[in-house]
Amino acid sequence: MDKLICKCGHENPPGTVLCESCGRPLNEQEQNKQLADMRYEGTARRSQTYNKSIIDKIWNFFSSVKVGVGIIIVLLIAAALGTILPQKQYVPATTEADIEAYYTDIYGSVGTVYHALGFHDLYNSFWFIGLVGMLAISLIIASLDRFVPLYRSLKNQRVLRHSSFMRKQRILAEGPGDTDTLKKAEEKLADLKYKVSTDKNGLLAEKGRFSRWGPYVNHIGLIIFLFGVMLRMMPGFYVDETLWIREGETRAIPDAPGYVLESKGFTLETYTGEGEEEKFGEAIDRVGTVAKNYQTDVVLYKIPEGALPGDTADMEMVEEHAIRVNQPFKFDGYALYQMDFQQDELKTMSFALQNKETGESRGDLTIDLVNPETNYELEDGSVVELLGYYPDFSGFENGEPQTATPLPKNPGFLVKMTTPDTPDGETSFITIQNTVEPLGDNDYKLAFQGVETRDASGLTVRKDRTLPILGLGGLIFMIGVAQGMYFNHRRFWIQQQADGSILLAGHTNKNWFGLKKDLDQVTEHASLPAYRDQQEDMEAQEKREGEQLT
Amino acid sequence: MTLADISSNLLFVAFIAYLIATFVFGGAVKGNKKGTYRSEQRWGKVAITITVIGFLAQLGYFITRWMVTGHAPISNMFEFTTAFGMTLVGGFIILYALYKTAVLGMIVLPIALLIIAYASMFPSEVSPLIPALQTNWLAIHVITVVIAEGILAISAAAGLIYLLKVIDQKKKSKQRFWLEAIMYSLVLVLGFVVTSTFFTLTNYEADFAYVNKDGQPSEITYNMPAIFGMNEFEPLTDGAFTPLLEMPPIVHAGKLTTVLWSVLVGTVLYALIRLIFRKRISEMLQPFTKNVNLQLMDEINYRSIIIGFPIFSLGALIFAMIWAQIAWSRFWGWDPKEVWALVTFLFYAAYLHLRLGRGWAGEKSAWLAVIGFVIIMFNLVAVNLIIAGLHSYA
Repeated sequence: MDKLICKCGHENPPGTVLCESCGRPLNEQEQNKQLADMRYEGTARRSQTYNKSIIDKIWNFFSSVKVGVGIIIVLLIAAALGTILPQKQYVPATTEADIEAYYTDIYGSVGTVYHALGFHDLYNSFWFIGLVGMLAISLIIASLDRFVPLYRSLKNQRVLRHSSFMRKQRILAEGPGDTDTLKKAEEKLADLKYKVSTDKNGLLAEKGRFSRWGPYVNHIGLIIFLFGVMLRMMPGFYVDETLWIREGETRAIPDAPGYVLESKGFTLETYTGEGEEEKFGEAIDRVGTVAKNYQTDVVLYKIPEGALPGDTADMEMVEEHAIRVNQPFKFDGYALYQMDFQQDELKTMSFALQNKETGESRGDLTIDLVNPETNYELEDGSVVELLGYYPDFSGFENGEPQTATPLPKNPGFLVKMTTPDTPDGETSFITIQNTVEPLGDNDYKLAFQGVETRDASGLTVRKDRTLPILGLGGLIFMIGVAQGMYFNHRRFWIQQQADGSILLAGHTNKNWFGLKKDLDQVTEHASLPAYRDQQEDMEAQEKREGEQLT
Repeated sequence: MTLADISSNLLFVAFIAYLIATFVFGGAVKGNKKGTYRSEQRWGKVAITITVIGFLAQLGYFITRWMVTGHAPISNMFEFTTAFGMTLVGGFIILYALYKTAVLGMIVLPIALLIIAYASMFPSEVSPLIPALQTNWLAIHVITVVIAEGILAISAAAGLIYLLKVIDQKKKSKQRFWLEAIMYSLVLVLGFVVTSTFFTLTNYEADFAYVNKDGQPSEITYNMPAIFGMNEFEPLTDGAFTPLLEMPPIVHAGKLTTVLWSVLVGTVLYALIRLIFRKRISEMLQPFTKNVNLQLMDEINYRSIIIGFPIFSLGALIFAMIWAQIAWSRFWGWDPKEVWALVTFLFYAAYLHLRLGRGWAGEKSAWLAVIGFVIIMFNLVAVNLIIAGLHSYA
C-alpha cells in the first residue's frame, strides 16, 4: 500500500484516517462523520490496515479488545474451576496413584471425573499455561498495535490544524475575537499548567500527554511480571526444597552447596490465657488450644571452598538464628522458613532378643531410626540383621512392605535373627505392637523395650532470584494504572482567522467535566466565544427526535 | 465499663445510626406529595449527618478494639466483615461529598446493615493471633483489601440503582427476573440473621458424634435443629431433633443445615413481603429512584471502580504476594482465596476493557458492577466457609 500524502504535504503511513500533522480527514467515510473518532487520534493501526497474510490475521486476532476480554473471561472461569476441589498439592497423598485414589475415595464420582479431567493440577496443565501465554501475546500485540502509531501521531502534531478537524471535535467555539485574544488565552492556559506552543495565527495548549501511555505502561508491567514467572523454570533461578532436621542434628542444606545447618531445638508455644493473655480466655476455651509460636533455633555453618564434599571438619560457624513463622532466616540469597514440625518424633527403638518359650534374653539392641545399622551383634554371638527398614510403614504392595514417607512415624523392620540355637536364622517382620513371621513359627522374638523421642523441624529452603523482576513488574503495573486512570490528556487548539474571528476546539481522553472547567476559566479571562459540547447536542437532538416518534 | 464494652457499644450505636439514616434517606428521595423534590437536599443533609455519626462510632469501635486485642481487628470473619461494612459506609460518605446523591445512601446503608448483622453471627470474642498472622502485613494487606472492597461495592450499589430505575417492572423480562433475584438473595441474608439470632437467644444446642472424611471419629455442635446429619451421626444430646437426612462424609451437614434454615426462613420472609405489599421488592423500590440522574449513577459506578481497582490490585495481589512470600515461602500457591482474588481482579479488568474499549456503559456496566459484588461476596463467604484453604479463619 502507498503512503497517504495529505493536502498539507505531510506523508502519512497507509491506513491513516486523520492526517498526523494537520488533522484533515483522509477518507470519505471520515469526511462524512459529524465527530472525529479521536481514541487513537485517527492513526494507522496495523490491525485495521492489513488483512491478507497469515501473520496479518494472527496480528489482528490478538490486537482485538474483544479477543483480549474473551481470554480474560476464559482464564477467570478456568481459575475458578480449580477451586471446586482442592488442588493436588493440598491433598495428603504423594504418589500419582494415591492422589487419584484420594479423589475417588473422598469425593466419589465427582472426584474421579475431576481427576480424569486433570483439574486436580489445573494450574500446571498445558492448556491453562497456554491461556496465560495467549494473554501475554495479546497484551504485547494489542499494545504495539496502538502505541506505535499513537506515539508517532502525538509526536508529529502541528499547532495549526485544519478547520475540518477542529469542527469535528466535541468541544467547539466559533465567534468574534479581539487582537489580544490569543495572547490572553495563552496567558491563562500557561497559568493552568498547559504547555502552550504557538505558530503564526494559532496556538496548541496541551496537558498530561503522559497519561495516554498509562495503559501501555501497565501492560509492560504485566508482561515483565509474566516474564519473571517464566524465568523460574530456568535452572539456578529457583530453589524449592524441604529439609527435615531433628534436634541436635547437623545436615547439609539441600541445593545450597557449602552450607550446613545444625538444629538446637524446636519450640512450640501456645496461648495460656493467663496474665497478659487473659482477654483471650473466652476464645481459647471455645477452640481448645491456639498456637502462639513455632520456632527452630539453628546454627548455620559454611564449609570452606576446596574442601571435599561431606568433609565437615573445617566448617566455620556463620550465624546463630531463630527461625519463626513470618521471620525466615535469610543468607546469601537463600531463605529458610519454619513450615512444619513433628513433636516427639521417634529417635531410637530398643529391643531385647528373647526366647519365646523361656523368656531368656540374649541381649539388647538399640536401632537408630534415622541411620539404622545393618547388623547388630550381641554378646554371645547372636546377630540381628536388618534386612529392610520402612520408616513410615503403610502396608504391603505385591508382598513388599511400603513406606509412605521417609520420616520415622510408624517404623517397620524386616529382621533376620541368628542365635547359637538357631544358626540358620529366623525371619520376622516387626511393626509397633505387631509381629509377623512370614516363614513359619520362630523360636526367638524381638521384645520391645522402649523408645527415645525428639522434635523435628520441617524447613523450606528457598531461593528465588526472580523476585526483583516480579517486584519491578508489579511496580510498573501500579504506576501505569495510576498514570492512565488518575490523569488525563487535555488539548485546546485556538486559531484566529483572517477576519479576526476565533475558532477553538478542545479534546480530552476522559473527564470532559474537568476540561470544561478549565475552558470556562480561559473563556472568561480571554473573552472567548461561548463553546458548545457537540456530543451532548447530538444526544439531545436524538432524544427529541425519539420523543417525537412516540 | 471496660474498653471492650465501650468498643461493642460503639458498634451498636453505629448500627442504630445507619438504620435511622436509611429511613431518612428513603424519605429524602421519595419526594413530597406534590411530586417535587425540593426537600431532597435538606433531608439528605440530615441523613448524611446521622450516617457520619454512625461511621465515627464504628471507627471508634475499630480503634478501641484494636487497643483491646493488640492487633488490627480484621483477623477473623466477625472482624473482617464488620470492617467491610465500615469501609462501604466510608466509601459512600466520600461519594456523597462529591455528588450529593441521597438515593445511594438508601441502598448502601441497608446493605451495610445486613453485612454488619451477618458479621455478628460469628464468634465475636477477642481472639489471639496464630503465628502466621503475627506481622504488620496483616494490617497492611487486609486493611487495603477491605477499603478496596468497600469502594468496589459502591459501584454495585450505583449499578443497582441504575437497574431499579431503567428496568421496566410492567413487562416480563430476564432483566426483571434477575433484578428481583438480587433482592431475594438479600432477603435470604436477612433470613440467616433472623434464624441465627432466634436459635442463639433460645440457646439451642445439640451435640452429635460422627465419622469425618478421613475416617476419624469427631464431634460437632449444632446451633440449629439438625436437618441434615453428618456421616454416621450419633446424637449425644438427649431429646435433640433427629436429622432427617444423613450426608456423605465430604458434605458438612452442619453448615448445610444452617444454609437450609436460612433459605427456608428467608423465603418465608420474602413470601410475606410479597403477600403484604402485593409487589416485587424491586417494584416497591422503583418509585424511590424517580429523581435519579442515570448518567450520574453510571459515572459513580465507573468512578468507584477506577478508584477501587488499583487499591484492590495493590492490597489483594501485590501486598498479598509479598506477605505470602514471607509467611509461606512462596508468593503464590493457588490457594482458593488467592485464586478468587485473581478472579476478582480479572473480572474488573474485563469491565474496564469493555467499558473503555468497547463502549459498554449504562445498563451493561450496571450489571457488571453488580456481578463484581457477587464475586467479592463469594470470596468472602463461600471461600471462607465452604472451600477450605489456608485463609479459613472463621
